[in-house]
This record gives sequence, structure tokens and C-alpha cells, in this order.
Amino acid sequence: MYCYTFVTQTHIIIMTILEFLQQPWPWYIAGPLIGLTVPVLLLVGNKSFGISSSLRHICAACIPAKVPFFQYDWKKEVWNLLFVAGILLGGIIAGSLLVNPAPVAVNPKLVTDLAQYGITDFHSLVPGQLFNWPALLSVRGLLMMVGGGFLVGFGTRYAGGCTSGHAIMGLSTLQWPSLVATICFMIGGFVMANLILPFILSL
Amino acid sequence: MNTWFSQLKYLVIGTLFGIIFVKAEVISWFRIQEMFRLQSFHMYGVIGSAVMVGMLSVWLIKKYNIKTLEGETVVFQPKKFNKGQIYGGLMFGLGWAITGACPGPLFAQIGVGTTVVAVTLLSAIAGTWVYGRFRDQLPH
Repeated sequence: MYCYTFVTQTHIIIMTILEFLQQPWPWYIAGPLIGLTVPVLLLVGNKSFGISSSLRHICAACIPAKVPFFQYDWKKEVWNLLFVAGILLGGIIAGSLLVNPAPVAVNPKLVTDLAQYGITDFHSLVPGQLFNWPALLSVRGLLMMVGGGFLVGFGTRYAGGCTSGHAIMGLSTLQWPSLVATICFMIGGFVMANLILPFILSL
Repeated sequence: MNTWFSQLKYLVIGTLFGIIFVKAEVISWFRIQEMFRLQSFHMYGVIGSAVMVGMLSVWLIKKYNIKTLEGETVVFQPKKFNKGQIYGGLMFGLGWAITGACPGPLFAQIGVGTTVVAVTLLSAIAGTWVYGRFRDQLPH
């Protein structure tokens, strides 16, 4: 009897923790944890937080093609590739064990806006109605997945960093060029989301 | 200490980071749309508090001259300004709002099962390559 109670209680505690982990985490928990990556990487191995560099290292490792920009010892930057491999792995773990069964709770205005483009399913973080394999054969899908990806890869390298390298690491170390970059990221995003994307979505 | 095994710690840190990304929904296309349409505070809260914590930690590391685990002095790499931060920044912003992902979340989006994002990632790698190839011809 005693043992039974203990087992039940442990079970309840584990379920409570799991239930907590399955919910979306609020910004004031997630944001500071993301910020902690800066000192963790600095203190663990003197590494500057930055993710888009991984794309450059992949180019240098796989398709250098005598381009001077890719002629360097990428093996010294293996940590960065392991870090992004970890992000992929983290996605797999969170997506299978800690998945939130409820649809993404978004602003009702966004729900109405997106409904006119036929986007009505909010069950996954990435809308399956826009991002799926058959959609690659449509103009809209091609523009969004291939075109969008190209802009992300070209733009981040041209800017010398992305949200992690400029907005988080750069601003944390008070670098004004990073502030310029971050402001430009936001301008680009506002223009796309409000002025151009409505057109692309209607294709 | 540059063996593959000693580097495994970065895989672990990355994994934890990826889990936070997913659970905070910052890899969600919907959350990015909300941010750029000013319909939610969530993303501003995430990025803002991350920067605050980052700033505070860097300030503490500098003030108390905190060393790395191996006893080295922490090195900060200064970023030099060039026009690329404007042109490239604008381009990345456009791409961010379309894909709903910066480079980190691309990996996590594939992880949660949206396999087609692998195409977006390949395209991003191609974009980086094209930049590298034509770097000399671009204004900086």
C-alpha cells in the first residue's frame, strides 16, 4: 500500500513536469535561456555565438570550388557545425517528446488575415499548407521555399551575421554595426510581411 | 584539446538550444508573421530578454575578467562596419519574413518534421555560396 502510494505520487510528479514541458514556454523563460548561450559558449570554449557561419563552413567543406571566400581551414570551426547538428537533434527531441498537442495560439487578426489565402491549419509550427513537398512545384511554394532560403543564405553572409551573430551576440557586446544590421533585418521583414508577402500568398 | 570528442559538448549545447527554440515557438512561421505585423509581443520579448541577458553576462565577464574553463582570457571579436550590413541585412530580413526562419530555426524546423525545409536550407547554402563567389563584385 505504502509502496503503491509512492509509485503513484512519482508518476503524478513526472506527468506534471512533462505537461509543463509540453506547453509553449513564455518569452520570459525562453529569451533569457537563449541569452545564456552567449556566456556559455564564451566560457566553455571562447566561441562567439553565431549560426549563419555554419552555412559558410558547409560551403567550404563541400563545394569550395577555388572561391577565395571558402579557402580556409573549416575543420577549426567544426564546433559550429556540431552546434547546428545539435539544433536539428533538439528539434527532433522537442518535436517527438515535448510536442504541444494544441494548435499554435496566434493573434485572431492573423487567423482572419491568413484565412483569405487558405491557411487555416495552425497545428504545426510551420504551416503544412504552405511548406510541403508538392508545393515546390507551384510558383508560390517555389518563391517561398527556394527564393526565401536563398535570400536568407545570401543576406546573412552579406550582412556578416544573422539574428544570433548580430542581434544577440553583436548587441550584447555593444557593436554598433550589429545594431545597423539588426535594424535592416527588421525593415526587410516589415516590408516583406506587410507589403510583398500578401501578394506572394495570393499566387 | 581540439579532438572531435572534446567538441561533442557543442552538440549538447546545440541540442538544448534547439529544444528551447521549438518550445518558445520562435521557429514558428506564425510567430514571425505576428512579429512583423506587430500582432504579438512574444518575439520581441524573446529577442529583447535574450539581448539583456547576453549584455549583462558580457559586462560581468569583462568587469570581473572571468576566464574560460581552460583558463584563457575571453576574446571578443569586433565587427567592422561595411555596407553589406545594410544591403545584406535588408535581404535577410525579406527572407526571414518569407521562410519564418533565420538560419538556426531552419535546422530545428527540419527536426520537428517539416522535411521540405531541407530544400530551403539547401537554397540558403546556395545563397551563401553565390555570395562568396561574387563577393568582389558587390558593394561593401
